[in-house]
Amino acid sequence: MAENVRPRVRVPKTAAAGEVITIKSLISHKMESGQRKDGDGNVIPRSIINRFVCAFNGETVIDVTLEAAVSTNPFFEFEAVVPEAGDFTFTWYDDDGSVYEETKSVAIA
Amino acid sequence: MKLQNAIAAAAILSFAGTMGFAQTDNELTVEGQLISTEAAAPAHMENVGTVYSGWRFRSEETQAMQTDDFDNSGFVFVDDGFALMASVDGSEGKSCASCHEDAEEFAGLKAQMPRVNDSGELETLEDLVNTCRTERMGAEPWKYNGSQMAAVTAVIGLQSRGLPVDVAIDGAAESFWERGKDLYYARVGQLDLSCANCHEDNYGTMIRADHLSQGQINGFPTYRLKNAKLNTVHSRFSGCMKNVRAEPYAIGSDEFKALELYLASRGTGLSVETPSIRN
Repeated sequence: MAENVRPRVRVPKTAAAGEVITIKSLISHKMESGQRKDGDGNVIPRSIINRFVCAFNGETVIDVTLEAAVSTNPFFEFEAVVPEAGDFTFTWYDDDGSVYEETKSVAIA
Repeated sequence: MKLQNAIAAAAILSFAGTMGFAQTDNELTVEGQLISTEAAAPAHMENVGTVYSGWRFRSEETQAMQTDDFDNSGFVFVDDGFALMASVDGSEGKSCASCHEDAEEFAGLKAQMPRVNDSGELETLEDLVNTCRTERMGAEPWKYNGSQMAAVTAVIGLQSRGLPVDVAIDGAAESFWERGKDLYYARVGQLDLSCANCHEDNYGTMIRADHLSQGQINGFPTYRLKNAKLNTVHSRFSGCMKNVRAEPYAIGSDEFKALELYLASRGTGLSVETPSIRN
């Protein structure tokens, strides 16, 4: 597991049924590209977030494939319709096999 | 006659130069809190009427990043700072949080730094952190402008966000302040420029593609888009001195601390913006 990886997500706590809400997500991750070499000339192995998934009550909202050129601390902002109260789950998959998860609940106002 | 016209034109140009302007006059609200980005200049500033935060000189996109703590990339490092403050280090088995349970107790501290301590030395926030580390935690001091120091000083600075900068410049601090003022107006380097040549005489004008600010330090440590990390104020001084092709003073030197005090006093009345977003 890479060091200092911290997911941050902002989801409104409440929404009207059927409302479109804006979700922001950011994971602090150094996103090692696999192109760099260390001081001894050895290639530093690639370690990036290669997939990001957001789901609402089990239904996929967004599913993203990330490649080596994506910047440090990848940030996603997207919209989602909230038909009912439930949980947004956010999952980031790391090249080194680590999986980072975060859950946010939305209530219907 | 021609020469006279040329002189008159030059006079108008230089007059325009001294009448620097801030790019926008819109208000900065961060997470619902109004941040003061301009203030009447303190009495000791002879050549400037109003002081403006560097935020006012940035493009709209850059300005917008600072209005929302989620969009503010500096908060990635603030989170690092909170984690560092909670982690135990050193021979005493303590973390920052062992004594300082809640970072909120630092409210107001950043607005008063640097200050003169009991033994008559000018101390900065970085000095306070390292004193705690070496004397109370039994830990190695952090690099003065390293990432850990920037992260933790950003957490401490954040607690004062919105409060007006108000450093003591009289009494014991006066000699340090005078030294800082001398440094501010001293021409240095191959380009033979002082801080004042850009940040007092020409703020508001363009220096190539960049909009010159007043060089205020109320937002430090600041997240810079150019290097995507938090930058400490001494690192910024060092970068500025390299730009005018001078040999920079050492990071954490007495010269830079004196300059930091003088610059802080030039920003009296501006809100602390830590962590700000700049180019």
